[in-house]
Amino acid sequence: MSEIVIYTIVTVSAIGILAAIILYFAAKKFHVVEDPRIDDIEEALPSANCGGCGYPGCRNFAEACVKAENLADLFCPVGGNDVMKDVAGILGQEAIEKAAQVAVIRCSGSFEYRPRTNNYDGAVNCTVAANLYSGDTGCQYGCLGLGECVDACTFDAMYMDEKTGLPVVIQDQCTACGDCVRACPKDIIELRNQGKKDRRIFVSCINEDKGGVAKKNCSVACIGCTKCEKVCNYDAIKIENFLAYIDFTKCVLCRKCIAVCPTDAIHETNFPLRRIKSPVEKKTVVKEKAVVTDNPDLVNIAKKKQESNDNEAESKDKE
Amino acid sequence: MSKLLTVSPSPHNYGKDTIKSLMYGVLIALIPTTVVSLYFFGLGALIVILTSVFSALIFEYLITKYILKKEPSLLDGSAIITGLLLAFNVPSNLPIIIIIIGALVAIGVAKMSFGGLGNNPFNPALVGRVFLLISFPVQMTSWPVPVQSRMQYLDAVTGATPLGLMKEGLRNGEPVSDLMTQIPNNMQMFIGNMGGSLGEVAGIAILLGLVWMLYKKVITWHIPVSMIGTIIILTGIFWLINPDKYADPVFHVLTGGVLLGAVFMATDYVTSPMTTKGMLIFGTGIGLLTVVIRLFGAYPEGVSFAILIMNAFVPLINIYVKPKRFGEVIKNG
Amino acid sequence: MLKTFSRGGVHPPENKLSAVQTIEQLALPKMVTIPISQHIGAPSTPIVKKNDLVKVGQIIAKSSGFVSANIHSSVSGKVIKIDSVMDSSGYKKQSIIIQVDGDEWEESINRDPQLIKEINLSSEEIIKKVGDAGIVGLGGATFPSQVKLSVPKGMTAEILIINGVECEPYLTADHRLMLEKGDELMVGTKILMKALNVSKAVIGIENNKRDAIEHLTSLSSNYEGITIQALKVQYPQGGEKQLIKAVINREVPSGGLPIAVGAVVHNVGTAYAVYEAIQKNKPLFERIVTVTGKSVKNPANYLARVGTSLTELIEASGGLPEDTGKVISGGPMMGKALNTIDIPMTKGTSGVLIIPVGESRRGVVQDCIRCAKCVSVCPMGLEPYLLMTVSEQQNYERTESERAMDCIECGSCSYTCPSNRPLLDYIRLGKAEVGAIIRSRKA
Repeated sequence: MSEIVIYTIVTVSAIGILAAIILYFAAKKFHVVEDPRIDDIEEALPSANCGGCGYPGCRNFAEACVKAENLADLFCPVGGNDVMKDVAGILGQEAIEKAAQVAVIRCSGSFEYRPRTNNYDGAVNCTVAANLYSGDTGCQYGCLGLGECVDACTFDAMYMDEKTGLPVVIQDQCTACGDCVRACPKDIIELRNQGKKDRRIFVSCINEDKGGVAKKNCSVACIGCTKCEKVCNYDAIKIENFLAYIDFTKCVLCRKCIAVCPTDAIHETNFPLRRIKSPVEKKTVVKEKAVVTDNPDLVNIAKKKQESNDNEAESKDKE
Repeated sequence: MSKLLTVSPSPHNYGKDTIKSLMYGVLIALIPTTVVSLYFFGLGALIVILTSVFSALIFEYLITKYILKKEPSLLDGSAIITGLLLAFNVPSNLPIIIIIIGALVAIGVAKMSFGGLGNNPFNPALVGRVFLLISFPVQMTSWPVPVQSRMQYLDAVTGATPLGLMKEGLRNGEPVSDLMTQIPNNMQMFIGNMGGSLGEVAGIAILLGLVWMLYKKVITWHIPVSMIGTIIILTGIFWLINPDKYADPVFHVLTGGVLLGAVFMATDYVTSPMTTKGMLIFGTGIGLLTVVIRLFGAYPEGVSFAILIMNAFVPLINIYVKPKRFGEVIKNG
Repeated sequence: MLKTFSRGGVHPPENKLSAVQTIEQLALPKMVTIPISQHIGAPSTPIVKKNDLVKVGQIIAKSSGFVSANIHSSVSGKVIKIDSVMDSSGYKKQSIIIQVDGDEWEESINRDPQLIKEINLSSEEIIKKVGDAGIVGLGGATFPSQVKLSVPKGMTAEILIINGVECEPYLTADHRLMLEKGDELMVGTKILMKALNVSKAVIGIENNKRDAIEHLTSLSSNYEGITIQALKVQYPQGGEKQLIKAVINREVPSGGLPIAVGAVVHNVGTAYAVYEAIQKNKPLFERIVTVTGKSVKNPANYLARVGTSLTELIEASGGLPEDTGKVISGGPMMGKALNTIDIPMTKGTSGVLIIPVGESRRGVVQDCIRCAKCVSVCPMGLEPYLLMTVSEQQNYERTESERAMDCIECGSCSYTCPSNRPLLDYIRLGKAEVGAIIRSRKA
């Protein structure tokens, strides 16, 4: 009996020593000389691997930082200025401050404002729908409401509002990584500066149709009337192709444009209530008015979406 | 125009096949086997089948509804098939509680824990069966004698299966020709008059089911044919080399669930390969493993293990075996 | 045993409701909307302005590249505007809108129905004239025909295959054309043979059109080199690659053109249009359109002018039925679902199919049960279930290596899937992405 035990111990130890020797030489032979700063930087990064910086993962970004001569073109949107300061510290460079940004949905065409003109019945995927046709409303620029941006978001910072059929960004969770911007086939989502006290003013529409056509298809569309452009004292608003765009680097948040917009296409966020007719209040009123659609198709789409999400979760679990 | 038009990508024409129609196609194919098992094993068979099917349905319902939190789709027939196949793979004197445990393992562990229909890597009924075989070896290997035990359940008179007799006899050094006299003749085995699991005994009923499924295009011929063919060829070779030590191919095909496995278990959509070439490899692999287990292994019977082992290879087969592409450019050299 | 292609395929219910309806001339519309992008390739360049007067057959938009086509006015009247209008692509496209006034044709067009058999032009002249007449593939793909007729250097055409398969359910436009314009079709085929310099032509027809097979077989004795091949009914036999496989048993290599195996395929409608262009000097401005559907009052085949609104076609067949759920331009397998019926018909519109509400919706999507039916029906030997998964996961490298670009989008996979999975939707998405990746790689 004791013989067996001894043999076993000897054999196992021999195998162990042999393996250790092999591993030692393998480690020597395949050793890769790497800048230790890459590891340091990687540690400083948020490890979200979201791709928001333009690199596939945090390590690739760290490598790029070490290689780059200066950090001007490199920015981790998730970590923000704090993390970039750390990275710059590791590399002994000057950090370049960037304004914090947030994703903004530039479409307000909810079920109520933008009547459906047909029922979409294909795969629940915005790009599939966009490749097929202009969408289930008269507006060929607007949100398709199938939630590809929500699926793309790695930070759970977006959800679909079932009452409006539009995605909503939860600002506190949004890291401005830009995944949703890339996911949207209609280029509706834009990264804009967060602004002082999170106050922002933007045109919530990208419809380039002529005013009459746009208005017919969606009652909150920008009709390109140029009123906002004229009222703006800071040259922040430009109208191109019947569509106004507010340059967030020039806008001083004076809110003059909001007052003159005939279709409420310009939105403001996080401003205190000022007038009775302020759009913020209007918006809340609207939200109360908006009822869950009784259109079964839309409910179905929402359901399908839910199901496919479930399935996805499962398949991920499986992997 | 008041109503809105529907817009979707092409095609706009949808075929008649649904999961339900395919599953019920399999269920119809299982009817002859059920009838034969009821004829030979009577009361016991009835109890086992009902217990197994109902517990499978109940477990499926509870798990989908309360754990996966989805709308249960009991009527798609897949749980009924699993329950029925589990019943077909156990002896007719199995206590109810063991059957329920088997159904729980089949549905709960083998199917639902992977996400339900379509996501399970292993055949649920077989996982249930093998679990029971390992956990309750005594109960799982006492085989009621057909016809004679028709009106009995737990107290049925038991005997050995032909394969068990053969294995035991060969181990004791008896020649095949002597053993052959102790087991029913081929015709008797073909109609199912032998000891064994509920569904594995009646070759003719299973083949009827196969013909139906092929006619209805529920399955293709590739898996059953390649599997049975491999078994015939391999056992045939051994039989020709030494007929005293190895039984003939017909004996091997008719006994021990080869037909049941080839027609109903290995052809399970979810756990079989996607391409015809892959199906042929899969069937051949099962045949090979079955023969190896039977002739050289400890178990008299190897179909369940062979299928489960090959199930594990299915993802690999799917990755490496591709259909012949149209207009494939064959590289020179 | 009838010939057919070897791999995959499905056989959906044929539903050829309008097969016995003779071709009717549709009344002239009051207004036509002619999109400048009716073909594959670069959109044409309009050469008329607002308020210009045009005649029937007058060129109004010029081809703007090698793969592009001329567009001719289908009516006489005044150009009232050039604007973007919704067309069957589901997007707004530039279109020329003409108010109809009378029916004055260009003098050069020979309107005498007398058959002209002698072919006086040379190969090059024919190809040039086909291009000038704005002829595109009328089977639905709308690929400019003169490009297909110009055989690339180093390759030779051995055989011309005329596609009279019409494998799409419901559609009967080609069927009626073969029955009613048999001789013209034969001469058109001879012209194409001369253009390609081949001595053999085969007209492939599916066996559900016995009358057309018999009619053309009896005519073929008068035309040397043309034979008729009956084919087993199997979708998608009308696909170019499948038809070549079925008729001459050669496989077009992956990513290659039919000419690589010495074959050129043209649709029967195209052959007829070629006859009219060469022998009668008539450019392509009208075509045969099937208007059909289970609840349509009078399913019919119309000879209609390009640019006519589909509303008028549907009105002529008894109006849009009460239970309309879906309107499709083309057949049920590959046609485009429309979001409004107020869109113009184009050169590629082979049919207008109206599907009742009950059949218009897809079933609920369920998990893949890996039944492998999509693999077994794919005529290109692909694995649709896998292509869908990798496209959905945006794993486009794998999508490419699993040969998504070979997909002919026939829809057999989605048709056959018991779990109602949107296989083709995602494969198309994958193809679009992979196509963009390949283009950027080349650039």
